[in-house]
Amino acid sequence: MPFLPPQASSYAGNVDALYLFLIAVTAFFSILIGALVIYFAIKYRRRSADEISEHVEESRALEIIWTVIPLGLVMVIFVWGASLYFKITRPPADAIDVYVTGKQWMWKIQHADGHREMNELHIPVGQAVRLTMASEDVIHSFYVPAFRVKRDVVPGRFSTTWFEAIRPGKYHLFCAEYCGTRHSNMIGWVYAMKPADYQAWLAGGTPGETLASAGAKLFVQQACNTCHGEQPGARGPSLSGLFGRQVHLQNGQTLIADETYIREAITNPQAKLVAGYPPIMPTFQGLVSEEGLLQLIAYVKSLSPGPSGGGAPAPAAGQSPATSSAAAPGKDVQKP
Amino acid sequence: MSAEPEVIAPPRRVDYLNVRYGVKSWLLTTDHKRIAILYLISVTFFFAIGGLMAALIRLELLTPEGDIFQSEFYNRIFTTHGVMMVFFFMIPAIPSVLGNFLIPLMIGAKDLAFPRINLLSWYLYIVGALLAFYATVHGGLDTGWTFYTPYSTVYANGWVVLTGVGVFIAGFSSILTGLNFIVTIHTMRAPGMTWGRLPLFCWSMYATGIIQILGTPVIAITLLLVVAERVFHLGIFNPAQGGDPVLYQHLFWFYSHPAVYIMILPAMAVISELITAFSRKPIFGYKFIAASSMAIAGLSFLVWGHHMFVSGQSIYAGLVFSILSFLVAVPSAIKVFNWTATMYRGSVSYQTPMLYAIGFIGLFTFGGLTGLFLASMGLDIHVHDTYFIVAHFHYIMVGGTIMAYLGGLHFWWPKISGKLYPELWSRVSAWIIFIGFNLTFFPQFILGYLGMPRRYHAYPEEFQVLNVLSTAGASILGIGYVIPLVYFFWSMRYGKDASANPWGVTGLEWQTPSPPPTENFPETPIVTNEPYDYLTAAREAAVRG
Repeated sequence: MPFLPPQASSYAGNVDALYLFLIAVTAFFSILIGALVIYFAIKYRRRSADEISEHVEESRALEIIWTVIPLGLVMVIFVWGASLYFKITRPPADAIDVYVTGKQWMWKIQHADGHREMNELHIPVGQAVRLTMASEDVIHSFYVPAFRVKRDVVPGRFSTTWFEAIRPGKYHLFCAEYCGTRHSNMIGWVYAMKPADYQAWLAGGTPGETLASAGAKLFVQQACNTCHGEQPGARGPSLSGLFGRQVHLQNGQTLIADETYIREAITNPQAKLVAGYPPIMPTFQGLVSEEGLLQLIAYVKSLSPGPSGGGAPAPAAGQSPATSSAAAPGKDVQKP
Repeated sequence: MSAEPEVIAPPRRVDYLNVRYGVKSWLLTTDHKRIAILYLISVTFFFAIGGLMAALIRLELLTPEGDIFQSEFYNRIFTTHGVMMVFFFMIPAIPSVLGNFLIPLMIGAKDLAFPRINLLSWYLYIVGALLAFYATVHGGLDTGWTFYTPYSTVYANGWVVLTGVGVFIAGFSSILTGLNFIVTIHTMRAPGMTWGRLPLFCWSMYATGIIQILGTPVIAITLLLVVAERVFHLGIFNPAQGGDPVLYQHLFWFYSHPAVYIMILPAMAVISELITAFSRKPIFGYKFIAASSMAIAGLSFLVWGHHMFVSGQSIYAGLVFSILSFLVAVPSAIKVFNWTATMYRGSVSYQTPMLYAIGFIGLFTFGGLTGLFLASMGLDIHVHDTYFIVAHFHYIMVGGTIMAYLGGLHFWWPKISGKLYPELWSRVSAWIIFIGFNLTFFPQFILGYLGMPRRYHAYPEEFQVLNVLSTAGASILGIGYVIPLVYFFWSMRYGKDASANPWGVTGLEWQTPSPPPTENFPETPIVTNEPYDYLTAAREAAVRG
């Protein structure tokens, strides 16, 4: 019987290292205490009914020792665990984007090139993958034990996480946050594929339009372009080059435009007003589905060139998937 | 001393049990000892309900397929298991049964400070518990005991509101009990019972009382907000109405993490008494154990965010919660080391309560150390919401609190009932419980690290072997729990009469007859000894002859 799940992501080994260290700590102290208790219980067993124990002086030195040693030890574990957390939660800049929507009781996956999957996720080995996740109903949690990664998918906001598969294989995908009747059926598989196999997978199937171009269509459908167009004197700020840029707000604050900000700007536009624009935008909460929001974000990202811009700029509808995903597999070439 | 007068049966001594008879004399009593008995009966009933649910859970998990129950039914079973065990057994058990019975006896008082409020506490508990029980019988609910939003407020099936109201009402019972204990310990100590002579049991109960008073109102408000959103559709937690589901988690764990200490501090209270009693020796590091109880109570309010490392809480908030969670390990370690040191050069006997105490030290140490895995942020990402966490908190709750509760019940049973239970059977059942417990929950650590999520009705086949082991353990554990129930009942009728101090230990509660009279002590005792002072006690006994 295995003792550890497969180590299939770049940081799985780091997580297991801390795990094994903590097992050693646990074993050491459990055995120490257990052995002392059993030894004392036998050595100092009561020999007659009216036996009285000897007086034992309390020891301040001992109290200090067994306060300071555990304190030092847990601080080491804290730093170790925290640095591991930073590693697991901060995606590298060259990660490719995959969009995940959780819904009672299924996982819907959208790839940038327009491939869609249900309860399955195909990814290349040796390439960091960044997930942007949304929920249509309750809280779910995206969990791949082989990758040692888990992230709650909370309705009303985006959650992000990332991983880099290092070993081709088929791995469990679970929903880890209880989400209702068929919670234990909200499961699927992650297929980590060799780059060549992944290319073959991408080439097959009918990907439809890219996520960004689906977003571009939605942008027009919802008439976002009437205010957020490039025309001079537009009523709303232009969105080109917005993603990843600093935004000045009316209340004097500034922030970096990320997925969470853009999502909020669509669903609750009055929350953070851009300096210089009147508060006239209506909310699109409920008018755009979670998947639609992800498409809009992909579109807005595509208006910003650069590594985190999510690939090709403003693709025209019907662009071939191979082109828009070309940025991602480019990196794979160097891997065996 | 002449033996002749003994031929005539002495007049029956009046104690708190035989002073009055009839249902009314129990339901309207304000005697803390009788109220403790009311609690004993009621928490045992709800423990049985929770235990039955656990049995059904383990039965379903025997096979990977969800083949015995429908998913919806399974979800209701584990919810009921959690709600019954946490709110109606673990939280009240040790404080309301042993605390109620013992605090006045230990400090030399006639009763708690507010005897009628004490009875009110029991009624509040019963009303709350019966509402939740009514909900269970009529179909239950499927939110999990954590009531996470927006599932509980918008999507869940069943009696969410009724159960929430039940927990809400029972919360007031907890608050009033804590208040009663704190006031009693402050104002009703016998002459000479200084703070430095207070039994450690009372110190821990005092710390528990603080948590009960400060924490419980928050869960009460939170549950009202859940009801408001579910019934009146106020957008508080539901994001579709502009609410924030993570806000719920903050509010819930702000109470429910301290609630873990409401469950474990009283257990530590019991263990501190048992270890000294069966080592016949003053506790090692009295001040450090007392102070660590207070430190745990204080820190317990500052660690709730460690339940939310993967829920989208800010990284920096996570860092603070992580480091504070690690700090809780220190006072817990201090207690374990001091208990162990107490046995050093003691006069150790292994009667049943001591078996439970030794079992507690082992299981609590192990369970506590596995908490380090969960406080480590990077590692928690993997094990959060898996069977690893299920195993961890059952080591603390079942391996810790229930072991201590049973140990305490065995220790003070002669005082409570005036009868002795069969020593052999009680030792056998202590061993059965220890073995069954480990077989049930140890495999769950491995299952969790392998990735089996909690609250899964069906699971992949490769997890079956460990689940079968766990179910086998649960069957043994179940037997272990039934045996004491049988012999405690048996002892009430057939057990030998207990003397005032059958264990030969210190403590005011052992200086009054078993069972005690209603007023506890014929005359107010005056305390002259330090706590657990076996040397002086022995010398005094020698003088008395």
